[in-house]
Amino acid sequence: MSDVIDIDAIGEGQVAVMDQLPSGEIPAESPLHHLDSTVPTFTSKPAGVRLWEEALKGHLVLRGNAEDPTFQRGVEAALGMALPERLRSVQQGPLSLRWIAPDEWLLVCPGDQAAALEIRLRRHLSGHFAVVNVSGGQTLIHLAGPDAAMVLKKSCPYDLHEHNFPIGKVVTTVLAKTQATLCKIAADQWELVVRRSFADYAWRWLVDASAEYGLIGDTPATAAQRRASTGRHPVSSET
Amino acid sequence: MFYIHCPYCCEYREEEEFHAKGQAHIARPADPDQCSDEEWGTYLYFRKNPRGLHHEIWVHAIGCRKFFNVTRDTQTYEIKETYKMGEQPKVTSVSDTLETEEAAQ
Ligand SMILES: [Zn+2]
Repeated sequence: MSDVIDIDAIGEGQVAVMDQLPSGEIPAESPLHHLDSTVPTFTSKPAGVRLWEEALKGHLVLRGNAEDPTFQRGVEAALGMALPERLRSVQQGPLSLRWIAPDEWLLVCPGDQAAALEIRLRRHLSGHFAVVNVSGGQTLIHLAGPDAAMVLKKSCPYDLHEHNFPIGKVVTTVLAKTQATLCKIAADQWELVVRRSFADYAWRWLVDASAEYGLIGDTPATAAQRRASTGRHPVSSET
Repeated sequence: MFYIHCPYCCEYREEEEFHAKGQAHIARPADPDQCSDEEWGTYLYFRKNPRGLHHEIWVHAIGCRKFFNVTRDTQTYEIKETYKMGEQPKVTSVSDTLETEEAAQ
């Protein structure tokens, strides 16, 4: 379904890069597509929590030696931002780069830019590194509102107090009986990266855990709008 | 519950995020072809079960997914230190020293 769009001789080996976006009439489906990105709205109370999926984003795992100046410069040249510090995330326009491990980062980008960014990174990096497109393997859930932290406190063993979890921090921890990479993007806003096979479980858990605070989900209209902007049938990207 | 300091995340995390992976610092024989059956069998199957200080491998499974070492007292459950792969423990017991000497002979 996807064509090899770039074969580049880099250093010792050749790497075939594929645009993983389905082409033509095949619709892309997020791991939560069967829930249609909407949640039941519990309006008996003022909305304490808002929940939606940032569907069909591009997710690239980047690995390399953080101590190596050549690698650092390559990443900066390719993405326009430096590698984040330990347990931090950095943002540059529509791109965000999260620390996952001492030699591993997660780049989240608009869905139709993943292949182009992978090629960009490969052109700027050399030696011992890895770039893997894992867009199909995980998804991003947005949790916001004055009671969003309360929902997470019920779900995670990690200390979410603002002294321990400032804006911009990234922590991979236990969420209910699965795992999630939490990123605090604003005072009352969190992004959760969850595995595809656990997305349904995590979503239903969050909906249930949010009920007591008053949950507002996407209306079908805003859900459709969001889907359109993230690109259910994404167009090809310029390099 | 343990509250374990991951030497890669440089933070304390709940035990839920970790898995224990058994005895640490097991050196693979440099030349397996020259091993006796007993030496190879000892390397593969025989593990310490001390009452007191023990060096273990743990993995930050739901976190940075790195393996690291833990020095733990099996009697009190107290964790004495955690340190990265490739590093040596700072906290050691008399039995550690004896075994090193035996291995050297
Ligand atoms: Zn860790």
